[in-house]
Amino acid sequence: MNPIGEKYLRKSALPSIWCPGCGSGTVLSAALRAIDELNIIDKVGLVGGIGCAGWIPVYINADVMHTLHGRTLPFATGLKMSDPQRKVIVFSGDGDCLGIGGNHFIHTARRNIDMTVILVNNQIYGMTGGQVSPCTPSIAKSKTSVFGNPEKPFDSTEIAKAAGATYIARWSTGQPIQLARAIKEAIEHNGFSLVEALSQCPTQAGRVTHGMADPTKLLNLLRSNTISVKKAQKATEEERAGKLLIGTIYNNDEEIEFSDSYKTMVARATGSE
Amino acid sequence: MEKGNNTKVKILPGNEAVADGAIAAGCRFFAGYPITPATEVAESLAEKLPVNDGVFMQMEDEISSVCTTIGASFGGMLACTASSGPGITLMQEGIGYAATVEAPIVVINVMRGGPSTGMPTAAGQQDIYQAKYGSHGDYQIIALMPSTCQEAFELTYKAFGLAQKYRVPVYVLTDEIIGHTREKVHIPEGLKPIERKKPELKKDFKSYEAGPDGLLDGMPAFNEGYNLLIDGQLHKEDGNRAGHLPDVCDKLTRRINNKITDHAQDLYDCEEMFLEDAEVAVVCFGSPARPAIRAIKELRKEGKKVGCLKIRTIWPFPENKVNEIAKKVHTIIVPEMNMGQVTQEVQRAVAGNAKVFSMTLLGGLLHTPQDIMTEIEKRIGK
Repeated sequence: MNPIGEKYLRKSALPSIWCPGCGSGTVLSAALRAIDELNIIDKVGLVGGIGCAGWIPVYINADVMHTLHGRTLPFATGLKMSDPQRKVIVFSGDGDCLGIGGNHFIHTARRNIDMTVILVNNQIYGMTGGQVSPCTPSIAKSKTSVFGNPEKPFDSTEIAKAAGATYIARWSTGQPIQLARAIKEAIEHNGFSLVEALSQCPTQAGRVTHGMADPTKLLNLLRSNTISVKKAQKATEEERAGKLLIGTIYNNDEEIEFSDSYKTMVARATGSE
Repeated sequence: MEKGNNTKVKILPGNEAVADGAIAAGCRFFAGYPITPATEVAESLAEKLPVNDGVFMQMEDEISSVCTTIGASFGGMLACTASSGPGITLMQEGIGYAATVEAPIVVINVMRGGPSTGMPTAAGQQDIYQAKYGSHGDYQIIALMPSTCQEAFELTYKAFGLAQKYRVPVYVLTDEIIGHTREKVHIPEGLKPIERKKPELKKDFKSYEAGPDGLLDGMPAFNEGYNLLIDGQLHKEDGNRAGHLPDVCDKLTRRINNKITDHAQDLYDCEEMFLEDAEVAVVCFGSPARPAIRAIKELRKEGKKVGCLKIRTIWPFPENKVNEIAKKVHTIIVPEMNMGQVTQEVQRAVAGNAKVFSMTLLGGLLHTPQDIMTEIEKRIGK
């Protein structure tokens, strides 16, 4: 086991539930590197949802809640507001965060409450066996879009920005260094932070959608549908079409964070303003 | 609760008495969503919590309200939420989770007429079964039922203590009548907030290592060094999932149920009136206890041998006491504002030892003392 794993993993919870070639392990490793660099393991409150990505925090030896499907952000809100010094980090998949949890996602972003949401987007419901998700591309096949998805996918970063998130980044599991750096920045950012990790799912998205289970090829396929923030600035509309932005998409330090705003309200209430 | 000289007297509607009871107990976190007829609980706490070092949050829905409440509870605060029937239905997944992860939370249900969106502005007692059976799977909760504003204050205060001790969701089931009725409430001065017992912080602390009585040793919080693993999936003592281990899942499911039912005697909270020589007993709870007690007092003046069991802890149900009464009286009458939910519990407890008559009432109405007197007179001496 590598030194970071040795230091931070909850060994009693291993082995993980993930299939070989899954991207969740890469996200776990990136999160641990960010936590280690910031030296905050004693200050974190980790929250996981339901689905493959929701298990990530369970493997970390810290204070962890493995919660209900879609409800990570309400639990995280309670943890944050009961101690604003707490560093709350949420691990959630695309179905968990944007499907069943979509309304909580919008409202938690709207409050700009300080927490880091690591959204592991594998574009499918993996745990239940490969059903269409809110992030499954149009026309893509899944077990419940047998003849090709008739719906359009969500772009989590656009929703987050429109709703009020103040730090937004997206990387893929093929860029683990950048992903870890983004998670670190997100934790340090005082406000609602979203880091989307595009992640490969060889077992379900691989076999059902793409007809192959090679994790490297799947990763390359994911990355071929992305464009960096820098390149996108100079790209034509045609070159950008259908591509997901990669990099730091939004970073705004000006907006007041919710627990700070709450403190201001308390000052108004008690006349100590 | 003492009602000595050192009390402050306030005239409060039940919904505000609940809020005052929560503050007195040391509740410093509330998350909720507006709903008639429970909204004033939230409104009152929106005013009180920010000036008492507390947090008030209005959430996007009741699902998030209960989950945020659970998060705050593990975050280290005494926490509660409040709603009415439809909102409580939305909270059921969170309440099942709280029962399974043994999160101390208090849920106030100001009951209105149901089912569905029902009768928003009228009272009912149709959520008594929902309180016990609303979420999926086998689990237990505790539910308290005040019948006055004084009891709304006292039982809310008490609910926080029980939630911490038994590590379980505790309901306070009031209704629209109590919620919106203003009454005198005696608030003892120097009432101490509930303190959470902290588990011993030892190496390799296990989140779910229970004592022989099935109870966990206090309530730890995040970031106190316990390295808690909290999981709604059935789990081992160390919190790790145990879905593949039938014996561990069997043991945990039994423990979270038995830790409440085994303590039914400790949780027993009823008021017994005129039962010594009674031929007929009225078993009552919540708002109908008011006309029931009035009816019994009137009939006692006429020398009629009628008594009363007023239940304050409705879940776990005081079946031993009801059985004991059934062996002394020939008839038990149960007035309730639903289709006879508690009557079924009474019949089970009575086990054929007495006749049971259900006085069901719907439509948002409350029994009058006359209704109950008539029913008693029909049965007495027969």
